[in-house]
Amino acid sequence: MREIEYRDALNEAFDEELARDENVVLMGEEVAQYNGAYKVTRGLWEKWGDKRVVDTPISEAGFIGMGIGASMLGIRPVMELMFWSFHSVAFDQLVNNAACVRYMAGGLINVPIVMRGPANGGTNVGATHSHTPEGLFAAFPGLKVCSPATPADAKGLMKTAIRDNDPVYVMENTLLYGNKGPVPDPAEGDFTIPLGKADIKREGSDISLIAHGRSVLHALEAAEKLQSEHNINAEVVDLRSIRPLDQDAIINSVVKTNRAVLVDESKPFCGVSAQIATLIQEHAFDHLDAPVKRVCTIDAPAIYSPHIEDEQLPNARRVVEQVLTIA
Amino acid sequence: MESATSPNIAPLDFAGSPVNKTLTSDQKIDYYRLMTRIRSFERESLRQYQGGKMGGFLHLYIGQESVAVGAASLMGDNDHMITAYRCHAHALAVGMSMNECMAELFGKATGCSKGKGGSMHFFAPDKNFWGGHGIVAGQTPLGLGLGYGLKYKGLEGAALCFLGDGAVNQGAYHESLNLAALFEIPVVYIIENNGYSMGTSQKRSSAFKDCLAQRAEAYDMDWDLVNGEDLYEIRAKLGIAMERARKQSRPSILEISTYRYYGHSVADARATEYRSPEEIQKYKEHHDPISLWKQRLIKEGILTEESAKAIDKEARKEVSESVKFADESPAPTANDIIDDVYWETDNNTEASKIGRHFFND
Repeated sequence: MREIEYRDALNEAFDEELARDENVVLMGEEVAQYNGAYKVTRGLWEKWGDKRVVDTPISEAGFIGMGIGASMLGIRPVMELMFWSFHSVAFDQLVNNAACVRYMAGGLINVPIVMRGPANGGTNVGATHSHTPEGLFAAFPGLKVCSPATPADAKGLMKTAIRDNDPVYVMENTLLYGNKGPVPDPAEGDFTIPLGKADIKREGSDISLIAHGRSVLHALEAAEKLQSEHNINAEVVDLRSIRPLDQDAIINSVVKTNRAVLVDESKPFCGVSAQIATLIQEHAFDHLDAPVKRVCTIDAPAIYSPHIEDEQLPNARRVVEQVLTIA
Repeated sequence: MESATSPNIAPLDFAGSPVNKTLTSDQKIDYYRLMTRIRSFERESLRQYQGGKMGGFLHLYIGQESVAVGAASLMGDNDHMITAYRCHAHALAVGMSMNECMAELFGKATGCSKGKGGSMHFFAPDKNFWGGHGIVAGQTPLGLGLGYGLKYKGLEGAALCFLGDGAVNQGAYHESLNLAALFEIPVVYIIENNGYSMGTSQKRSSAFKDCLAQRAEAYDMDWDLVNGEDLYEIRAKLGIAMERARKQSRPSILEISTYRYYGHSVADARATEYRSPEEIQKYKEHHDPISLWKQRLIKEGILTEESAKAIDKEARKEVSESVKFADESPAPTANDIIDDVYWETDNNTEASKIGRHFFND
């Protein structure tokens, strides 16, 4: 299969959905003429023009809210946050309006909008630009959240998110944009991946490493080390989608391996892995041979120092160390 | 707050404006009926609130009726309306029934939002009414989006986005103004200036030169001041702003001076302290939009005291019936709590069957 970059997989998703549905419009800071701050939307303005690919001023509360209002009329805006970290200046719109308006209207309204952009640490940009709010937004009923780890998942999930009739918040990752991976050729047909479906990225029998986003890559690297250096055969479960969540995949894996380490770039307090841990203890308690352990981002605002930031985040070494405490 | 009409200059008569000249007697009487129905509804809501029939807040519109009625009277098929939490009048003005509104206040399943929204969250998308929003100025980007949607679809229409004078200092509003002018969005921002952002007077809350709408100049937008006690003036000036939106795809700000007789909400414990009783009385006696409209129609020879009384009586009867309807309606059940969260799960789509959407138990 051909291999393309994560950013180009996303770009292909946008291009195909722009072609498929005239109500799809891309919007955000620098997405059009500048070709995207991270080149994710490269070439799309040139191809689709001013109406379909729209540069906005730096005005997140304004343009995110505008997208939500337009989506109530049936437009399908795909809104870029240059960094998901900027959610805080648009929080009222992202939560009170996107998540709650359908409910408060007794189901008379729906909000078919996508909010997207990178949400990650690891680029030495300090605390304000390194937030990972997938758990935060997944905590609001009415919102859907996904976090693809590979180019194929990025394309397939993005196309599904655009077609979904509820607000879907897609958390990408600047450190994944340049990664290459196999993505089916468009000539082979429409390629989508459903929300709410996890993917077993590596089969194993001794312990379940459950992760999403870039943490999946750390879990895979750790699994190889565990195999080669400690003879531990780890299974890697990539959640892909946070809400809806593939609970069955999580529980089935834990029932098989009897041990779990959750790898999660969120902070530990009520992050995504906290929710996964509670589901495991509720639904697989009798199958556990050890406490559920977690590898999260160390509980402090993101440190700037390039010498140490990778140690604050989950990494393969930290995952191996944590696995060895219970396996 | 002073009335926009100076006592030293004779006010313009907007009855002759193009948008008013063509009005029939029936239409004028309909506006009287609608304003009367709104006031009756609000008065009864207060009684029912005090009787313990509803929870939460209740923001009454009494004194401001001409604004919502005047605006709704101008709406065509492609015009849309959105407002903040003082929303009952707008709902009734676009044609929502008293029954569904009262039932919503009572938290009943027959309410316009199935008892899930409450007083601040009335909606009727089928009547181009998009709420009913609780966060001050949170609706201003949404109103912009309605205008964006109209323009995107190539429809000739205007998005009417209401806000109070207390909302004008929120960032979301200013961001919306910039985008409205920059993208040439067919939106009309209507500041219902009742002089008080809760208990803080305009002078104590806003920095401005002559008026709040004048801030439009900073965004190169058109603006106007409207005397909200005169339905003809509201229609005349708002009609122009809506035409500007429809035909030229350009935004405007209208600041409509008006007055609320009651507090910010029924929970406004100091409602009679930050304003003098004399001030409230002055508005009731000299600036009441319904009384002034009634006098106007009597003067025009199309309404009599008797026929006005009959309309009042009819409105009170309708309100009583809505109370009965609300009282007798069923409440939502616990099973209803997780409906209306996601479109996909409500419609039982294939997508909704994949993965867990709710995390109860």
